Amino acid sequence: MLEIRNLKATVEKKSILNGLNLHIKPGEVHALMGPNGSGKSTLSNILSGKKGYETSGDVFYENKNLFDLEIEERAHKGLFLAFQYPLEIPGVNNNNFLKTSLNAIRKARGEKELDAIEFLKIIKQKAKDLKFEEKNLNRQLNVGFSGGEKKKNEILQMSILQPKLSILDETDSGLDIDALKIVSDGVNSLRDESKSFLIITHYQRLLNYIKPDFVHVLKNGRIIKSGNSDLAVELENKGYEGIN
Amino acid sequence: MREKEIDKLKEYKYGFTTDIENVKSPKGLSVDTIKYISKAKNEPEWMLEWRLKAYERLKQIKEPNWQKPKYPKINYQDLYYYSAPKSSQSKPKNLEDLDPKILDTYKKLGIPLDEQKRLNGIAVDAVFDSVSVATTFKDKLNEAGVIFCSISEAIQKHPELVRKYIGSVIPITDHYFATLNSAVFTDGSFVYVPEGVKCPMELSTYFRINASQTGQFERTLIIADKNSYVSYLEGCTAPMRDENQLHAANVELVALEGAEIKYSTVQNWYPGDENGKGGIYNFVTKRGLCKGDHSKISWTQVETGSAITWKYPSCILKGDNSVGEFYSIAITNNHQKADTGTKMIHIGKNTKSKIISKGISAGFADNTYRGLVDIFPKAKNAQNFTQCDSLLMGNKCGAHTIPYIKNRNSDSNIAHEATTSKISEDQLFYCQQRGLNSEEAVSLIVNGFCKEVLQQLPMEFAVEAQKLVGISLEGSVG
Ligand SMILES: Nc1ncnc2c1ncn2[C@@H]1O[C@H](COP(=O)(O)OP(=O)(O)O)[C@@H](O)[C@H]1O
Ligand SMILES: [Mg+2]
Repeated sequence: MLEIRNLKATVEKKSILNGLNLHIKPGEVHALMGPNGSGKSTLSNILSGKKGYETSGDVFYENKNLFDLEIEERAHKGLFLAFQYPLEIPGVNNNNFLKTSLNAIRKARGEKELDAIEFLKIIKQKAKDLKFEEKNLNRQLNVGFSGGEKKKNEILQMSILQPKLSILDETDSGLDIDALKIVSDGVNSLRDESKSFLIITHYQRLLNYIKPDFVHVLKNGRIIKSGNSDLAVELENKGYEGIN
Repeated sequence: MREKEIDKLKEYKYGFTTDIENVKSPKGLSVDTIKYISKAKNEPEWMLEWRLKAYERLKQIKEPNWQKPKYPKINYQDLYYYSAPKSSQSKPKNLEDLDPKILDTYKKLGIPLDEQKRLNGIAVDAVFDSVSVATTFKDKLNEAGVIFCSISEAIQKHPELVRKYIGSVIPITDHYFATLNSAVFTDGSFVYVPEGVKCPMELSTYFRINASQTGQFERTLIIADKNSYVSYLEGCTAPMRDENQLHAANVELVALEGAEIKYSTVQNWYPGDENGKGGIYNFVTKRGLCKGDHSKISWTQVETGSAITWKYPSCILKGDNSVGEFYSIAITNNHQKADTGTKMIHIGKNTKSKIISKGISAGFADNTYRGLVDIFPKAKNAQNFTQCDSLLMGNKCGAHTIPYIKNRNSDSNIAHEATTSKISEDQLFYCQQRGLNSEEAVSLIVNGFCKEVLQQLPMEFAVEAQKLVGISLEGSVG
């Protein structure tokens, strides 16, 4: 699904990623943990195509060079990023944004675009499953949403778009325990042998709900340790300082 | 990362020319030209006198030059003031008699004049260069007592109405371009809605400049009698030409007691090429008079075309409790320039006005909002709310907000808000990560920014306008 080899990245001469390797196979859930500023969001941005980084190394997505694809082409091919800080877009209706997004992706894949009625049926069901307040569907995109609502909105988008590779950048930060459960349910219900996840988090508690296959520790722009879910527990006890 | 190929600017879709034989007045501005126009239209004597009076005045005044966008001197002697398709000389009675090339032109523009094919419930007056070539749904409107025809026809058939109201809102002495228009105006629409009548359909006029070296000077007059309602929309396009063409229209609205006029414009004149060559000078005077108590005039404009747009659709709130509104989207891209806004003149008691302006600049463009809120001493309890938002794309364009307030009454309540923002890279990235390409993303964000104004448009046109907003900004992101 995704193979990262010796990825290095600099921004304005500051090096952020220093030779990162990661291999995610179809159906796997990987958790990536690391202290603030270790480069987690930088990695998610680079994978999803954000401009402004100088990079070297190779990234293959479904065996093709990821860097050959535009941002939206990556989205069309099933790569999804749940943003650490979802953007507000005034005047754009939340529902309409999601419909535009879904149809853009469907169109790129040669699938039939959904009309308003077909879309509404799907979105209403998903919103219900995620206990997402229906009235928020008709608000302006993320404008005035609470932190938790924004994060739930990302998960709603994910569950509508059904991506092959979902990157969740600290989706759990700032969520109360109920919201955390809902977000986890959203992820778990998508999980199958063909879909993969890269879950970036600070807290072991999310991993109680979403059982990862692998846990990696990112420090100084490199993965310094990988293991199974026990590693998350170890981290919780010892802190990042205690890991070498 | 692979460089994104910069999309070539999409062609202006309406830039074609119709190859048709024209009848033109002699070149240049003179008494003879004015007489020619008046004669060609078979006008009564009083109309000619009125034109000549305007012309006398014109000779004594100068073009204004306080506006932000400057332009090279216009040689008024090098223009044609009247150009009509030859076939229209014989005054076609119905669509079957209309020159098929003209019918075809409007079809290509997406305005089929064939009534069966028209969007439900919209009557159209089609103005081609200097003459109105067709007006649809006349019979249905007649039943309701609504008069909708070309101004030329109204001068013939309803001289009492025209004579009473023409120049009553924009006097012939008003300012250079208004005076010029009064001298040489050619055609435009006329609407009269009788007392108590809600006009049964949307009225719309579609202006098309075709001939070269020709100015378009249309004149529109709309009168809403007591307690009546009408919604009117104008659209405009022109061929792509290297020259700059002048469009100097006058639009006058009169709302009597309890009447409401909603006037919407989707202006898409040729904007010039990406280097700023060619395009229309859109110097238009639009003014509405809320003459009666409890009357209302609402202007909505979506200005995406023209090399220079220079206009201030205004409301004179004379009647007590009258209401004026101005909703505007002005988009300038490449080298386009706009200096637009409104004047709200509060004369009556308890008059209210609302101004919502959204300016979008991209490329090397320059966009100015200029507005006046003028509260007269006797306008007790006048209220105004103004909101001016500017959106910038890139860092080579400009946005300016110049709100004048003249408040001569201490009970009035005036509120002004202004913002300037940029489309952020992060917003674009977010949309693209959700599968939209960069142009779709810009279009989505800008449409969101303009939403309050787009909502004011009649439904049938809102969708078109949304698309136009996207198209006008094509090529503005790298
Ligand atoms: N555009 C940028 N310009 C300068 N420094 C940046 C930029 N983006 C990220 N950084 C720096 O790179 C480091 C990693 O940031 P980030 O990837 O956001 O970390 P994390 O998500 O792990 O907290 C931080 O020190 C941050 O300040
Ligand atoms: Mg981060």
